[in-house]
Amino acid sequence: MLELRNIKKSFGRIEVLHGVDLTVQAGEVHALLGENGAGKSTLMKILCGLIRPSEGEVRLDGEVRHFSDYNEAIDAGIGVVFQEFSLVPYLNAVENMFLARELSNGLGFMKRAAMRKRAAEIMKQLGIAIPLDVPIRNLSVAEQQFVEIAKALALDARILVLDEPTATLTPAEVEHLFHVMHSLRSQGVAIIFISHHLEEIFEICDRITVLRDGEYVASCAVSDVDQARLVEMMVGRRIENSFPPKPIIPADASIVLEVAEVQLAKGGPVSSFALRAGEILGFAGLVGSGRTETVLAMLGAYSATRCKLLINGVEIRFADPSEALDAGIGLLPESRKEQGLITSFPILHNVSLNNYGKYLLGHFFINRSRELEDTRTAMQRVRVKAPSPHARVDTLSGGNQQKVVIARWINHNMKVLIFDEPTRGIDVGAKAEIYQLMREFTAQGYSIIMISSELPEVIGMSDRVCVFRSGGIVATVEGDAITSEQIMTHATTGRTKHVA
Amino acid sequence: MSHDADAITGGQAQASTTPIWKSMLHSPLALPLAGLIVVSILMGFASDNFFSVSNILNVLRQVSIVAILAVGMTFVILTGGIDLSVGALMALAGTMAAGLMVHFGMPGWAGLLAGIAIAIGLGLFNGILVAWGRMPAIIVTLATMGIARGAGLIYSGGYPISGLPSWISWFGVGRIGIIPVPVIAMVIVYALAWVLLERTAFGRHVYAIGGNETAAKLSGVKTGRIKLAVYAISGLTAGLAAIILTGRLMSGQPNAGVGFELDAIAAVVLGGTAIAGGRGLILGTLIGAILLGILNNGLNLMGINPYLQDIIRGFIILLAIYIAREWR
Repeated sequence: MLELRNIKKSFGRIEVLHGVDLTVQAGEVHALLGENGAGKSTLMKILCGLIRPSEGEVRLDGEVRHFSDYNEAIDAGIGVVFQEFSLVPYLNAVENMFLARELSNGLGFMKRAAMRKRAAEIMKQLGIAIPLDVPIRNLSVAEQQFVEIAKALALDARILVLDEPTATLTPAEVEHLFHVMHSLRSQGVAIIFISHHLEEIFEICDRITVLRDGEYVASCAVSDVDQARLVEMMVGRRIENSFPPKPIIPADASIVLEVAEVQLAKGGPVSSFALRAGEILGFAGLVGSGRTETVLAMLGAYSATRCKLLINGVEIRFADPSEALDAGIGLLPESRKEQGLITSFPILHNVSLNNYGKYLLGHFFINRSRELEDTRTAMQRVRVKAPSPHARVDTLSGGNQQKVVIARWINHNMKVLIFDEPTRGIDVGAKAEIYQLMREFTAQGYSIIMISSELPEVIGMSDRVCVFRSGGIVATVEGDAITSEQIMTHATTGRTKHVA
Repeated sequence: MSHDADAITGGQAQASTTPIWKSMLHSPLALPLAGLIVVSILMGFASDNFFSVSNILNVLRQVSIVAILAVGMTFVILTGGIDLSVGALMALAGTMAAGLMVHFGMPGWAGLLAGIAIAIGLGLFNGILVAWGRMPAIIVTLATMGIARGAGLIYSGGYPISGLPSWISWFGVGRIGIIPVPVIAMVIVYALAWVLLERTAFGRHVYAIGGNETAAKLSGVKTGRIKLAVYAISGLTAGLAAIILTGRLMSGQPNAGVGFELDAIAAVVLGGTAIAGGRGLILGTLIGAILLGILNNGLNLMGINPYLQDIIRGFIILLAIYIAREWR
């Protein structure tokens, strides 16, 4: 049905796709796999007409097509749900689904009833119930994603591209999404599915195509490979057990940070926890269970109803992350691009961003040679792969970008590091490196709070796990009790303790 | 998307091998500079008088006021903000300085300092509302523009305040050697701004806020204070421009500087600074201001109808931004 043949693409003199093939049949779910920077997104942008290939051809139903823009691709039946949704937050689901393709009568007025009816039909066909009259921004991420899919279908998409659709969904929502994908498949829609979660590939996909560094590696049926083989195809080498061994934390390890009480919203649950020296404390729970808000409240970046922190037994309150910084607490935020990096800055300035205090010459000027020297050291310490400290961060892969943000904090004399989803959207190889780094840090005396929505990561890395549910901690598990059953039970069915 | 094999971990010893002309080509200054050269050459052909020393110094003296206003504007725009009040702040500072000298018998130096202080004060007012009040800069400074303009007109009754000590004219029309004082002032202000932006942590934070305010805040940059400071700096440069203006006019003119904020913004943008913030160079602003000045001067020398000049300038700005759009 869809055939991409020998696609090459160069930006300037750098070729990023070196002749990639992709063939997708009607009624199949086709996984497109590869590490970050392998060329998946570029290939998808070529498919939907956002960029033009330097060489090669796109065939749709045997006919050579070259879309000069996204609209042409849509008209040809291609629908793409990008990682960052392209919905207008203030419009409702129906308005979003028919955006720029409104049905109207001869006088130019919109046929609102007809659009609403069609939207309701599509939702029904997908088997999802979404309030159609509410602005999109009031819907959950999963619901917004369904609206995106519905939008593609409203435009009669026969080929649907889902770019990492599960990255921000809860397990139940993923289940729902897969259900929808199954029903679409049986209706003859071809789905191109991009995901870093290999288990999902085996659960939902029929065939796979693997890219590596812009090269075409292979295409085959999912049943012909196993997970280890898949990883090997993606990274070109075998990945050993990616979690480093857990150290033994003495029971009487000193407490570096105690959160005596934190209440995110009035009438919500009140939680408390303590962070011990040298440990990794995992924060598990569903998306929206209050993990990120809790750490932001600690740092003074989120206004919680109550938040009482103790450092060495002394009560302290941060009005702003800069005060937390002075106290030695640093945050690796959830979203690298939006909250972590200054993308227009080179690595150098990103790393030294909050650390000029130690480079000042005469209280005022930046000692630039020391800045450069320290940045190099920090980059080496976290193993950032880049041509130079002057490289712009937006030219780096996701894994290396994440390491730059980590380097920023390593450049400081920090005590506590808070890692919010440290490996989201990062390829397998870089993940293993970040796990390794986290253990190196704890061995050097840092304490880490790690928020993660990936259960294997929580289980593999944490010395103790606080499980969040609806805005508070419902359980803390440690040792052998850190199992997926335990955590999921607490996260989904645990009782929440309410304090007035 | 570099290949790991070629990449150097930690980037040891990366001597740049690109030739200097190439790196200059990719500098954000390349385009404004090219524009400046092209326009100068065109003007040179159009008017024999253009390249004379006296005319060049004259152009520089004419641009000095807008160029100094554009310094503060650059700081503000780099953080992703905008300051529409600078023209009105300058007029108010000049009017109040003259009024304090003439009506209240303040010594000249004290009057000038008071004028600067008023401009800084209103700049701080802008900054407080933007940084801590979380109000949009364009609205806050639009309001301040009206307030400052109105205050100057009420105080002066709408008439220029004259009768200043004669030495004040030195700031506007004086010379050191053959160089006009306003030009020297402009060079000093740009030099200080360059140091502040390029060599201090404050400057780096200004760029960081424009690049990604959330990331800067979460990294521990004191974003509120920095934003407050850039609006205060914009007030300061408006006050400095007021001194030159007062010296040139030898009076406090409540109606002066109407539309200067737009010229200052045009200079910043022509100089290659991104209107959304985060990217740009102070030297670009200087080039942008001079470019605008040369256009005005050249079009005058050619004897073109002033109304037509506005139209031509408008189109040249659009053309410049259009070319710059594709550059990076």
